[in-house]
Amino acid sequence: MFMIFQKKEANIDASLYQGQSKVKEIWRRLRKSKGAMIGLIMLVVMAVALLGAPLFVSYDSAINQDFSLMLAKPCKEHFFGNDGYGRDIFARIIYGGRTSIGIALLATVASCIVGSMLGAIAGFFGGAVDNVIMRSLDIFMSVPDILFTMAVVYALGASFTNLIVALTLAYFTNYVRLVRSEVLTLSEQDYVEASKAGGAGGLRIILSHIIPNAVGVIIVNTTLNVAKIILYESTLSFLGLGMPSPTPEWGQMLSESREFMRNAPHLMIFPALAIVITACSINLVGDGLRDALDPHLKS
Amino acid sequence: MYKYVIKRILFLIPTIIGVTLIIYFVMNLTPGDPGRAILGSGVSQEDVDAYNHAIGYDLPFFQKFLNYLGNMFFHGDFGISYVTKQSVFNEIWPRYITTIELAFIGMFVSTVIGIPLGIYAAVKQYSATDTVASLVSFLLAAVPTFVLGLVLLFFFALKLNWLPSYGIPDWTGYIMPTLAISIPIAAQNFRFTKSSMLDAIHQDYVRTARAKGASERIVVWKHVLKNALLPVITQIGLNLGVLLCGAVVAEQLFSVQGIGSLIVARITLKDEPVIIAGTILISICFTVVMLLVDLIYAFIDPRIRAKYTKKRG
Repeated sequence: MFMIFQKKEANIDASLYQGQSKVKEIWRRLRKSKGAMIGLIMLVVMAVALLGAPLFVSYDSAINQDFSLMLAKPCKEHFFGNDGYGRDIFARIIYGGRTSIGIALLATVASCIVGSMLGAIAGFFGGAVDNVIMRSLDIFMSVPDILFTMAVVYALGASFTNLIVALTLAYFTNYVRLVRSEVLTLSEQDYVEASKAGGAGGLRIILSHIIPNAVGVIIVNTTLNVAKIILYESTLSFLGLGMPSPTPEWGQMLSESREFMRNAPHLMIFPALAIVITACSINLVGDGLRDALDPHLKS
Repeated sequence: MYKYVIKRILFLIPTIIGVTLIIYFVMNLTPGDPGRAILGSGVSQEDVDAYNHAIGYDLPFFQKFLNYLGNMFFHGDFGISYVTKQSVFNEIWPRYITTIELAFIGMFVSTVIGIPLGIYAAVKQYSATDTVASLVSFLLAAVPTFVLGLVLLFFFALKLNWLPSYGIPDWTGYIMPTLAISIPIAAQNFRFTKSSMLDAIHQDYVRTARAKGASERIVVWKHVLKNALLPVITQIGLNLGVLLCGAVVAEQLFSVQGIGSLIVARITLKDEPVIIAGTILISICFTVVMLLVDLIYAFIDPRIRAKYTKKRG
C-alpha cells in the first residue's frame, strides 16, 4: 500500500520534470547550433538598440533636415553619414527599424492568431465548414500577396494599423493550411479519441489537446514568417506605400537613395544591410529552432 | 480522369468571380466617385450626380458588382481610366503582356538554375558545391527583390556600364529585371529541391533499390528523382505568384513599362479602374497557371490518377 503511494508520487514528479525538460532539451539543442546562437545574439543586440533608441539617439535627428550636412560621408558624429536632406542615417535606420519591425511583429502575431483559429476550425469540424473555409482560401490565395496588400493599403490609407491589417490579410492564409493539416494528423491520435469519448467538446479538444501539440510547428513558421513580413513591409515602403513621409522606414530610405547612387552609395548600403542582416538573423534562429524542435528532420 | 479535369476547369469560374469580388469590394472602401474624378472639380454637383447615375455608380453594391463582372466577362470592358479618360483595357493590355513575359522568363531562369543545382547538392551532399550553394541560397532568402535589383543596378549599370539602367531598349534590358526577380526564386527552388531530394534519398525503396544492386545512376534517375520532383512542380507553379509580385517591384526599379509600374503610378493618382483591372488580370493569370500545374500533377502522379480512376469505376 505504502509502496504504491510512493510510486504514484514519483510519477507525478517525473511528469513535472518532463514538462520542464522539454523546453530545456530544446534549448540545449538550440545552443549547440552555432548559426542559431549568432542569430540570437544579433537579435538581442538589435532589440536592445531599437527599444533603447531614445537613450542614445534622438528622433529629431532622424527627421530634422539640415542641408549643410547633405550627403555627408560617415564620420564620428554621424556613424552612417547623412542623406539627401541632411538627416542622420544611423538615427533613421534605428527609428525605421522600430516602425518596420514593430509592424512586422504585430502583423505576424495577428496573422498567426487569425490563421491558426481558422485552420483549427476547418481541420477539426471538416465537412461543409472545411469546404467553405478552404474554397474561400483558394480565392484569397489567387491574388498575389504584394498586389493584395497594395490594394488594401490604397483603400484604407497608409498608417501603422492599416499596414498591419493589410499584411495580416495577405499572410493569415499560410497558417490556415499549416494548422489545418496539423489538426487533421493530430485528430487521428488516440488521446483525442479518448478525450472525445470522455465527452469533451470541440473547443476544449482544440485548446487543450490540438494547439499544445501543434505549437512547435506554429512557432517555427511564425519565426520564419517574421523575416518574410519584414521583407514585404520594406518592399511596400520602397514602392511608396509604407508609412507617410516624415516617418523613417528602411524601404523608403532605399527608394530615396536611388537618386544619389552614383555619388553617395552609403545612402543605399546601410539600409540594405539593415534589412538583410535582420532577415538573416531571424532565419538563422528559425532554422535552428526547427532543427531543435524536430531532430529527426536533420538526419 | 476527365471528370477531374472538367471539375478543376469549372472551378476556375467561381475563383475568378471571387477574386473580382474581393478586389472590387476592397477598392470600394475608398472615398470618391467616378463622376467627380472624370469630369474634374470645375463641374457642378448635379452634373456629377447625373454622370454617376448614367454609368450606374449610384446602384447598390452587389448590382454594381454584377454589372462590372458582366462587362468584364462579356465585353472585356474594365471601365474608363480616371486619368487618361481612355478605355482601361486598351491601356493595360500591352503592359500586361510585358509583365507576364517578364514573369515567365523569370520562371524559366529560376527553374533552370535552382532545380539542377538542388538535385546535384542532394546527390553530392556536403560537397563544396553543396556547401557554397546552400550558404548563398540561405543569404538570398534574406534579400528582397528590390535590394538585389539595386545592387545589380549599382554594379552593372553604374560602375561597369554594361547594361541599360532604364527600360527595355533591346534584349539586354531584360537581363537585370529577370535576374532581380529570378535569383531569389532560384535560391528557393534550390532549397526546396534539395530537401525534397534528401527526403526521397532516405526512403526505404531507395535502400531496396541499392540493395538489389541498382547502379547509382539508376537509383538517382529512376527512384529518387521521380518521387522528389513531384512536389517541386507545385512549387514552380506557386513561384509564379511571387514572380509576378517581383515583376511589380522590378518594373518600378528598372522603369519597365509593365502593369506593376502602371499600378504603382496610378495609386498616387487615385486611378481606381486601372488598379482594380490590373490586379484582377494578374490574379487571373496566376489562377490559370495554378490550374495547369494541378492538371499536370494529376496526370503524372499515379496516386491522384488512381484516386479518380477508382471513383469512376
